[in-house]
Amino acid sequence: MTSLRSSDEKVPIWRDDRFIRLAFQVVVLVVVLVTISILLGNMNRNLQQLGRQFNFGFLKNQAGFNIGESILPYQTNDTYGWALVVGFVNTLRLIVVGFLTATAVGVVAGIASFSDNWLVHKINLLYVEIVRNTPLLLQLFVWYFVILFGLSQGAEVTRLLGLAFVSKKGLMIPWPANTPGAWIATAALVLLAIAAYFIWRWRVRVMEEAGVSGRPQLLALLATGAIALLIFCFGLGWSFPKLANGNDVVGGLRISIEYAAMLGGLTFYTGAFIAEIVRAGIQSVSRGQWEAARSLGLKSGLAMRLVVFPQALRVMIPSLSSQYMNLAKNSSLALAIGYPDIFATGQTTQNQTGRAVEVVLLWTVTYLAVNLIISLVMNQFNRAVKIQER
Amino acid sequence: MSATHPPSPVSQRPSAVNLTPLDWAKKNLFSDWFNSLLTILVGFVLINTVIGFLRWAFSTAKWSVIPTNLPLFFVGRFPANQYWRMWLLLTLIALLAGLTWGVLAQMATRLFSRSVLIGVGLAALVIVLMPLPSVEGGAPLLVRLKLLGLVALVLAAAWVGRWLGQRKSGLGNWLSLAWGLSFFVGLWLMAGGLGLPVVSTTAWGGLLLTAFMSLVSIVLSFPFGVLLALGRQSSLPVIRWLSTIYIEVVRGVPLIAILFIGLIMIPLFLPQNIRLDLVLRATLGLTLFTAAYLAETVRGGLQAIPKGQYEAASSLGLNTPLSMVLIVLPQALKISIPAIVGLFISLLQDTTLVSIVGLFDLLGISRSILANPQFIGRYAEVYLFIGLLYWGLCYAMSQGSRRLEKQLKTSH
Repeated sequence: MTSLRSSDEKVPIWRDDRFIRLAFQVVVLVVVLVTISILLGNMNRNLQQLGRQFNFGFLKNQAGFNIGESILPYQTNDTYGWALVVGFVNTLRLIVVGFLTATAVGVVAGIASFSDNWLVHKINLLYVEIVRNTPLLLQLFVWYFVILFGLSQGAEVTRLLGLAFVSKKGLMIPWPANTPGAWIATAALVLLAIAAYFIWRWRVRVMEEAGVSGRPQLLALLATGAIALLIFCFGLGWSFPKLANGNDVVGGLRISIEYAAMLGGLTFYTGAFIAEIVRAGIQSVSRGQWEAARSLGLKSGLAMRLVVFPQALRVMIPSLSSQYMNLAKNSSLALAIGYPDIFATGQTTQNQTGRAVEVVLLWTVTYLAVNLIISLVMNQFNRAVKIQER
Repeated sequence: MSATHPPSPVSQRPSAVNLTPLDWAKKNLFSDWFNSLLTILVGFVLINTVIGFLRWAFSTAKWSVIPTNLPLFFVGRFPANQYWRMWLLLTLIALLAGLTWGVLAQMATRLFSRSVLIGVGLAALVIVLMPLPSVEGGAPLLVRLKLLGLVALVLAAAWVGRWLGQRKSGLGNWLSLAWGLSFFVGLWLMAGGLGLPVVSTTAWGGLLLTAFMSLVSIVLSFPFGVLLALGRQSSLPVIRWLSTIYIEVVRGVPLIAILFIGLIMIPLFLPQNIRLDLVLRATLGLTLFTAAYLAETVRGGLQAIPKGQYEAASSLGLNTPLSMVLIVLPQALKISIPAIVGLFISLLQDTTLVSIVGLFDLLGISRSILANPQFIGRYAEVYLFIGLLYWGLCYAMSQGSRRLEKQLKTSH
């Protein structure tokens, strides 16, 4: 401060812009710090009066509550820390599957809004307007209480499309068996997919460079596809759910009703927003690109896939990443349905231990970390599809 | 607006092609084999769904849960002998809304266009036909008359507003003032005091609480959000960092976590002797949450202001705060109005989350109605009803904001 005064003797200090800027920042910083310290001081005093110190030692205590479903092994006498980890894995299970299904629904609905078919067009409009104008929590309740409980009325078992079953115990869908043969078949499918990718690249290269038809490569691709289809149908050892002695369903994969409701709700909610993003992205590609593609002789499906969609993707990715973050955050509504995610297990933990501050901190850090990872991955993806300028 | 163009043959529209229904179907539904297949498939599913829904709506569904609980849905557990206060509040809002509509539409050629008339007709039809409970809240006929009177009031006020707006300028400022005052009058009518019997906030509920919480939080978050937006744009590093940290942390955390912070942490942060009301705490949580999103919306508006405006302001001799308040912010806020309406719509939907922390907003009161053994299992009816309410509110607002967007487009 003294140096400022000595260097600027002509301007009085309260008119010196540099001083004002510095002083303003110092004042704001002091006000913020004082406010925070008062709040924290109050909190400390309050916590002391309640006889609780701020520490994370409670994470090693026995949880004693039950978690409805988990991939990781969990028993009621495990620790709170492990219960939270199990909850976090449940969250991840929900959001990762949710990303895939929501993207699929969103892309289909977004492209459907360009359909020439009047019926498809209108239904798509109806879907987007209904979903976007009603609260997500209400939609989750509708999925849980109306649709899934409606289908599993009473103790009955309802059959869906002949392949799946719904009952109070959950949703049973066909699923590959957990046998060594099925795992080998899965590995073979992955290998075939990699092989098909390289054959496709090879075909494009010879078509571009040598100007040949690429027919042998196409035949190879078709053969790979046929083999893959055969393996998919027969190699995986599909286990179909079956009705056994009355109301028991055996076989297949059991998905809890809570998970199915959360997944359904999040998928169709986020899907509607993604559909709007896809629509806007495709509309942002100038008409000239469409016309150029059509005049090159590409049919509308090919023009969409080869010319328009790759360009639309560039516009879409930033908004898509914010929708994925919203999905991750919205997964915390599982608390209202009773799906044991990190939020619900955290809520039970803080109810039992009274460790509100610690649990809130854990929630904040978890969701911030998940969102950070999503944004990093999407930024990488964005870089990959960006226009490579010379 | 429509200046007299000489009718040139180029600008004339092609004459409309009149398609017979069969041609129309062929063009829009069965243009090729794929479309035909799609139409048949989608049509089959659609018809089955509609038939299933109608069968449910007319045979299985027991709609009595809606009319029996109508007062609960709208005002929660507000004491029945004080309902006149809600009617007064509605009258005030209808009057102001009509006037504002009239003033905004003073340039329009016709105030009551066809779509407006259809909307009014539908509203009147619903009012006349809807089943009402005859137990509390006055006789059904009286309620119907009151509602019809409100619709008539809106239309009359709109006509008066347009008439006044065409003759007097500067009416908009008075209307903003009136809206601001009506907020406090509304608060007085809701909470009581000053000669009215006090109604505790625990009795607030239903649509009343939903509207109250979302309105209060958007209004309260406005100054905070604008300050944060300015802070994030600031050239002062400390201010910029503090604003950015706040905005990013709040946007990275789910709203329900923020509500729990409001619920659990605010009592811890305050001295022992201060206890805040649950509604107030939840509103505070919503406000803190909305402020971060509003800041980002306003920042979008700020970034759209060309640099020349800042330079012009400083070349007029305005310092940074003055040029912000007088030159930049008015333009930035005007650009961001449609986005702010969008934010308000999502806030209205997000208010449902307070039902998880034990408040009885529209969704919360529905859950408590459904917990009543008399109405157990009537999920579909109740959720359909409140879903329609939410849908109507949000759809109307989004259409309104689209209109507003068109009106505000004054760029050259």
